[in-house]
Amino acid sequence: METVKLTIDNRQVEVPSGTTIYKAAKLLGIDIPVLCYMDLGDMNIENKPGGCRICVVEVEGRRNLAPSCSTNCAEGMVVKTHTMRVINARRTIMELILSDHPKDCLTCAKSGNCELQDMAVKLGVRNIPGQEYAEMSTYKTDFSPSIIREMDKCIMCRRCETMCNTVQTVGALSAVNRGFTAVVAPAFEQDLEKSPCTYCGQCVAVCPTGALTEVDSTPKVIRALADPTKTVIVQTAPAIRAALGEEFGMAPGTLVTGKMVAALRQIGFDHVFDTDFAADLTIMEEGTELLDRLTRHLNGDKKVKLPILTSCCPGWVNFFEHNFNDMLDVPSSAKSPQQMFGAIAKTYFADKMSVKREDLVVVSVMPCLAKKYEAQRDEFKVNGNPDVDFSISTRELAHLIKEFNINFADLADEDFDRPLGESTGAAVIFGATGGVIEAAVRTAYEVHTGKKLPKMDFNELRGMEGIRSATIDFDGLPISIGIAHGLGNARKLLEDVRSGKANYHAIEVMACPGGCIGGGGQPLHHGDSSILKARAAAIYREDAEKPIRKSHENPYIQKLYEEFLGKPMSEKAHHLLHTHYFDKGNKDVFI
Amino acid sequence: MHMLVCGGTGCRASASDAIVETLNSELAAKGMENEVQVIMTGCFGFCEKGPIVKILPDNTFYTQVTPADSAEIVAEHIVKGRKVNRLLYTDPENKEHISDSKHMGFYKKQLRIALRNCGVINPENVEEYIARDGYQAIGKVFEMGAQATIEQMKKSGLRGRGGGGFPTGLKWEIASKNHADQKYVVCNADEGDPGAFMDRSILEGDPHSVIEAMTINGFCIGATKGLVYIRAEYPLAIKRLQIAIDQAREYGLLGKDILGSGFDFDIELRYGAGAFVCGEETALIHSMEGERGEPTVKPPFPAESGYLGKPTNVNNVETFANIPVIILKGAEWFSAIGSEKSKGTKVFALAGKINNVGLIEVPMGTTLREVIYEIGGGIKNGKKFKAVQTGGPSGGCLTEKHLDTPIDYDNLLAVGSMMGSGGMIVMDEDDCMVSVAKFYLEFTVEESCGKCSPCRIGNKRLHELLERITKGEGTMEDLDRLRNLSHVIKDSSLCGLGQTSPNPVLSTLDNFYDEYVAHVTERKCPAGQCKSLMQYVIDQEACVGCTACARNCPVNAIAGDRKKPHVIDTSICIKCGACIEKCKFNAISIQ
Repeated sequence: METVKLTIDNRQVEVPSGTTIYKAAKLLGIDIPVLCYMDLGDMNIENKPGGCRICVVEVEGRRNLAPSCSTNCAEGMVVKTHTMRVINARRTIMELILSDHPKDCLTCAKSGNCELQDMAVKLGVRNIPGQEYAEMSTYKTDFSPSIIREMDKCIMCRRCETMCNTVQTVGALSAVNRGFTAVVAPAFEQDLEKSPCTYCGQCVAVCPTGALTEVDSTPKVIRALADPTKTVIVQTAPAIRAALGEEFGMAPGTLVTGKMVAALRQIGFDHVFDTDFAADLTIMEEGTELLDRLTRHLNGDKKVKLPILTSCCPGWVNFFEHNFNDMLDVPSSAKSPQQMFGAIAKTYFADKMSVKREDLVVVSVMPCLAKKYEAQRDEFKVNGNPDVDFSISTRELAHLIKEFNINFADLADEDFDRPLGESTGAAVIFGATGGVIEAAVRTAYEVHTGKKLPKMDFNELRGMEGIRSATIDFDGLPISIGIAHGLGNARKLLEDVRSGKANYHAIEVMACPGGCIGGGGQPLHHGDSSILKARAAAIYREDAEKPIRKSHENPYIQKLYEEFLGKPMSEKAHHLLHTHYFDKGNKDVFI
Repeated sequence: MHMLVCGGTGCRASASDAIVETLNSELAAKGMENEVQVIMTGCFGFCEKGPIVKILPDNTFYTQVTPADSAEIVAEHIVKGRKVNRLLYTDPENKEHISDSKHMGFYKKQLRIALRNCGVINPENVEEYIARDGYQAIGKVFEMGAQATIEQMKKSGLRGRGGGGFPTGLKWEIASKNHADQKYVVCNADEGDPGAFMDRSILEGDPHSVIEAMTINGFCIGATKGLVYIRAEYPLAIKRLQIAIDQAREYGLLGKDILGSGFDFDIELRYGAGAFVCGEETALIHSMEGERGEPTVKPPFPAESGYLGKPTNVNNVETFANIPVIILKGAEWFSAIGSEKSKGTKVFALAGKINNVGLIEVPMGTTLREVIYEIGGGIKNGKKFKAVQTGGPSGGCLTEKHLDTPIDYDNLLAVGSMMGSGGMIVMDEDDCMVSVAKFYLEFTVEESCGKCSPCRIGNKRLHELLERITKGEGTMEDLDRLRNLSHVIKDSSLCGLGQTSPNPVLSTLDNFYDEYVAHVTERKCPAGQCKSLMQYVIDQEACVGCTACARNCPVNAIAGDRKKPHVIDTSICIKCGACIEKCKFNAISIQ
């Protein structure tokens, strides 16, 4: 490998050619401050527009200062990172950025978790000269079902654009206008709701300021909890337990299932249930649908569509409704676990408890912002009453726990309530990329072959590669499986399917890189893939420790079918647990 | 006999179309339509005196011609052989008529290389270009070979005329050495400096010279495709360029196997929306790709990764226009013209408070004094010269002490300005230099793309500070801030726009500091331009109490009894100047 030697702050370093000054300095333990820069690690994607100019350094022989995040090292280069010239420029630039940024830190959703705030502290900015007559660029606040855009707080780092366009290929966000009024927005500064946004929330996850935040549903949850006429139940998605601890200073990958249940009970939920239960139910329905389509296909039915695509991810559902509207009959019709849970809770469980639908409030805790939108979809309402009333993110739950004076670290572990709290290992792994399809395989194999699974762990389906494929031997029948996480990868895979280049029986797609563990509602990981890996490891650990690891063996699922649903894909199951998709094309996007 | 009528945009706006029509009809009436040919050419440059009609072979140069003059020109000059004296140029010194343009002060010191065919040939007729040695250079290049041509270009010392001044031959060499399946030649015709119109004039007056040069460029670097990025508000240039491209294709000078050489090359037009920043080559390329017109960090340079990621050579219109002549007359001929490090000539657009407004071309090394006083004919209305702004909106303002500076790239940089694309705006004693700096900042604030924070926010803040100073609200501290901010913006901005936008501020701070101080300490504008700092005062001695001022004041700010001295209430006065106009006794003054 070709290398270059250079000097940074009087210290020698040798780096592979093509290394940026910023990264070379890091090797020496020199932390050049960066603001717009973002490294997505394993994805091999960097956001380095060279826009904020906070990372400028002095390079000997160069006329002007160099942005260290986007300037490559050269042989013999002499770099200085903290000369008077650099410090003055850096601080002046920071003052400029702050001069066009609201000063309402105290009430900002990102307060305490804001990279701009941290940078102001690091650079020691104590006043903003001329603030009293400095005009600010202002924009209308854009409220969508999941995401709030308060672009007065945008610093044009363009990270959201990288997520939306390069990683997710959604194309909802890009820079519009010029000069002082330049801002990141949907085309023509339309509202997000009119854009092809999928609400995956990856933009929110990387926004360094409070410009992009989730819709905060906790006040509504608190109000419901305080209402004596309401029975308030909660479901928590599999990915929460592997990440919530981070909000309380625990290491990434710490499993906090028991503490989380205890905290939810202390908050005052009447029943603490698990979305994992509904994940097992999803496997029953989706797995049966897969086998049904597969059998018909093998029997020569030309009308049957394969591959079957998973449909538990609402960001992904939004994405294909916008971008693959010619393939709306390809995804599984099974609802997502969140919505299956809501549908069962407001029928089966409400009946059991003799609670009226209107008096039962279902709250979901999700690693996801698209779930907020999903819960509000009209097809998931009965007479205007939604199956899931409120969906809050992992971050919002952490806020709620803190607001409710609960010392999370000291909580003793508790168990979920029955019957909607019982789940298997197959359900837990829904939280990581490849997990849904692995869970489906575990059940489909046994149902299809009538034999016991020879192994439980399908390592060929796990991992962090953006697009993966594997062939699973169903006792002589090779089942070809594709997996994509991140919508950009999903687009590639689906385009190959559409063009006939790729042939699969089943494909799992998760909108967020890493799957739900990397969801837009999770504790901010700033693109650090080691955090995602630790969360995934935790998920698989929980699976391994579960006594039951196959969805169809969940006794409460079996009971649900016996008592209520009949069998998978029965008429009742169809009515409650399946849905259909809408052509969102792009026809009303630019109107 | 030939009658050349200027068909540049300026003269056409003054009805030169109609002049051609009336000349033709007058000639027809006299039955001379076959003996005298009326030709619409490109710009003559002497816009101050346009529309221009030149008669060959006697080189009579008629100025400020109107369609009504056609009859007299035909009857007198053509039929009777007598010059129409009233339409001849009058020497401002000795008031004598000058018939031949080469004896005029405006033309005497000029050396027209890039503009060699402007005002000489019909740009819509390829044969006229060919008759002036057109398309001989490409033939010579095919014989010499690419490598030898690049060597010639390097030896000639030609530097980019768009403003950067990068050695053209070197640029070609780099692009030629990068291998790819497709390369591109791009002509930057996104002339954005307010007041500069040399590129437009070349394309309107001599489009084939650019086409020929682009073809030479393509042959040298191995590119088969050429693109001209031209602003859509240049309709005439677009029209003539398109005609020229079509004709060149017809004559086998573009397309497959040019002149039997085996070399293929063709040119397409791309329209720009008129963003100043798109003159920056990376922004220009992004705009052509359909992306947002904003610059990216260099390296990679376009020669490495340009249009669609392929090696691309970008040169400006004027640069290209020089090339066929350099090839034909040789590098030695060209490098003998100009100064040590800046070879050849440069076209300037003379504007502002100067007698001879227009387009001029002079050898590098000509002094500012020669340009302003000898070619430009000095300052309008006998006023005193105050400053000259070179290099467009981001150039600096130079003063009396710089007048003997020989103009070239390095000298202008050394005195705090730049060559830019060749705008030259002259200011007289009535111009307030703070307002001038503010005016230019208004432009750059408007034209910043908004990508990097120093340029996006910094220029806005500079403008706000200047606004305060011109309103009499500035402080001495503001002057320090102005200087620091300017330095930081220059030092840390991403592209050439931000790296130069503070030049007008810094150069006026350097050269007219006293004027700034007067604004902030005495709250006075020495040039009497800043309205907020003016006060209208009635001289109590001189006022006879005629009441004319009071009757004409639109806001009733003047009070006083008949035949008694009047007084202006400055808190009401809007400084419209109506009173001064009406006062017959010179009793009202501005202080």
